[in-house]
Amino acid sequence: MTNSASTHTQEPVLIIEPGRTEKNYWADLWRYRELFIILAWRDISVRYKQTIIGILWAIIRPFLTMVVFTVIFSYIAKLPSDGSAPYTLLVFAAMLPWSLFSNALSESSNSLISNANLIGKVYFPRLIIPAATLVTAFTDFLISFIILIGMMLYYQFALGWQILLLPFFIIMTLLASLGPGLWMTAINVKYRDFRYIIPFVVQFGLYVSPVGFSSKVIPEQWRLIYNLNPMVGVIDGFRWCILGGDSSIYVPGFMLSLAIIAFFLYLGITRFRKMEKTFADIM
Amino acid sequence: MSDIVIKAENLGKKYLIGHHAERGGYMALRDVLVQNARTLWNKTKDLANGRPIIQGDTIEEVWALKDVSFDILRGEAIGIIGRNGAGKSTLLKILSRITEPSTGRATIKGRVASLLEVGTGFHPELTGRENIYLNGAILGMTRAEINRKFDEIVAFAEVEKYLDTPVKKYSSGMYMRLAFAVAAHLESEILIVDEVLAVGDAEFQKKCLGKMQEAAVGRRKTVLFVSHDMAAVHNLCGRVILLENGLVSNDGYTDIVVESYFGKLTQQNAVSQYGRLSKYILLVSVLSASGKKYLTIGDSIIVKINIDFADRVVDRLKIGIGINNAAGGRILTILSWNERQSWDGVSGRFEMYVTIDSPRLAPGLFKLKIAIGDAFGDFDIVENALVFQIVPTDFFGTGKLPDVTQGVILARSTWLLKDSK
Repeated sequence: MTNSASTHTQEPVLIIEPGRTEKNYWADLWRYRELFIILAWRDISVRYKQTIIGILWAIIRPFLTMVVFTVIFSYIAKLPSDGSAPYTLLVFAAMLPWSLFSNALSESSNSLISNANLIGKVYFPRLIIPAATLVTAFTDFLISFIILIGMMLYYQFALGWQILLLPFFIIMTLLASLGPGLWMTAINVKYRDFRYIIPFVVQFGLYVSPVGFSSKVIPEQWRLIYNLNPMVGVIDGFRWCILGGDSSIYVPGFMLSLAIIAFFLYLGITRFRKMEKTFADIM
Repeated sequence: MSDIVIKAENLGKKYLIGHHAERGGYMALRDVLVQNARTLWNKTKDLANGRPIIQGDTIEEVWALKDVSFDILRGEAIGIIGRNGAGKSTLLKILSRITEPSTGRATIKGRVASLLEVGTGFHPELTGRENIYLNGAILGMTRAEINRKFDEIVAFAEVEKYLDTPVKKYSSGMYMRLAFAVAAHLESEILIVDEVLAVGDAEFQKKCLGKMQEAAVGRRKTVLFVSHDMAAVHNLCGRVILLENGLVSNDGYTDIVVESYFGKLTQQNAVSQYGRLSKYILLVSVLSASGKKYLTIGDSIIVKINIDFADRVVDRLKIGIGINNAAGGRILTILSWNERQSWDGVSGRFEMYVTIDSPRLAPGLFKLKIAIGDAFGDFDIVENALVFQIVPTDFFGTGKLPDVTQGVILARSTWLLKDSK
């Protein structure tokens, strides 16, 4: 009896009532940061366990796409590169953010379904699950970044100071995928057929985004509208960081891309939060 | 200060279920198209707004849990029993914050560890060691905490040799042991456990029960335990809450609630195979005057007696009710003639309602004896017409339930210390 009295003071008091989770959601998100790390670590270690191909895959896929795109857009379509940069580098500088984006989007939008067993049995802020998948996509990104370094050495291409700003564009890519990813994964919980949309978006996006060509080939009067695709801003940013001054960023378009990313992020988070309460009931 | 660690007030959980109405009669293709277009539009709107879409034309509300209230004191081990679909899992899910209640509120003091499934999140490709960290984090442990308990967990699970083997190669017994071991070492004031012992061999179950008992008794942990295994509930829990159709239908000492759950001692169940209790008495039931589904200390009790005199006409009808304790000793006698009541010319079927004003019966089981008579004496006597239960409540307001050993009647008292000079 006496020993329990001493523990009273620091005991947390939890109140459960309708609508209550709203209030301490963000605090909870912080409290569960260790779970975020563990889930991300689980995804990575399962992905690379027992599979040499797992790591190779992250290298082979963007590399082959780069080769094909260089052949088609540079040799056959005869599209110009940005300044003096070799065309392969131009393509690869765009392949990096594009595969980061598409991996993050595909994995985050399937994440809730593949973790359904956790959602029905344990409490934690559900936002952790799709957020943790970004780490896996980022790991793949780091691996394919090694190819870029190899290519830079091969072409004897010097990096400028702009490379220091690359982390900003990496974060921008991740946020660009997180917004739609959150929305899709939440809808996926109830309507499983929504997952078929993502591969389509990814495949389609590869051709409408300036991955195989420079965004400078787009006629001036269309460039702002072209930037409604947020990946245009991201890819321009990556090229500017990696290839240097020759690939300039079209500022109004870039701002528009940023705004679109922010809008989708807001939309994704609010929709996710709204549907989150019913996840456990419909899983 | 009372030591209530879980306080549930009118908890309810509502689900919406859609039904397709049967459309009778003839409908033009045009009507069908218009209707489908309209529902499609509404659904798209719902989808865009993040509202759940419910298939069907009429929507029905189903309450998986309704008006569930209880207080749980520190160190209590509570069993929650009930049929499938009675709302046990929903209740645990609300208390573990997996799903939100639709109504009501629960206040929980202290850290909650809930174990609704053994091995939640275990990944078959990962090793035993890795899964301990993964599962621990999922259950809410910090890395430091897992590090500290690691050896203890491994020893409990008896998997030392296979720590670095992927768990997909484990036998199901080893898998269960490891999973339970992680959960059993959670540091929390409250442990919520759902039907997890249904799996695993008998020896392992015993070990887990022992671990939970140790938690409940030794460290003054509060344990909430759902199980169909009544022996386990008996062993572990001092108190049981019985849920029926989402409502708390009984809450009290384990022996009493468990027995009533099995139907051995339920109210109204003394009916003989002829469909009546005796020659004239059809049925006897006990109700709470306040409309509750169960009786607590100090409640006014309504005894309802269904009588059928058939073609007999009774003059100077008198009825006597005896309340005996479980051992058969008389506690109270209620006689209609004490209240100067008698009825003339009674025949056919009727119901007699007798309200007994607030007898402060202590929690436990009581038996009713009913006697019916007239001016010439009793002509129908039923010895054990009904067994009913008084559910324990915090009668004295001390934050503790009255002990069963304190007699059959409870009374509040005032105390005064006078110097005797």
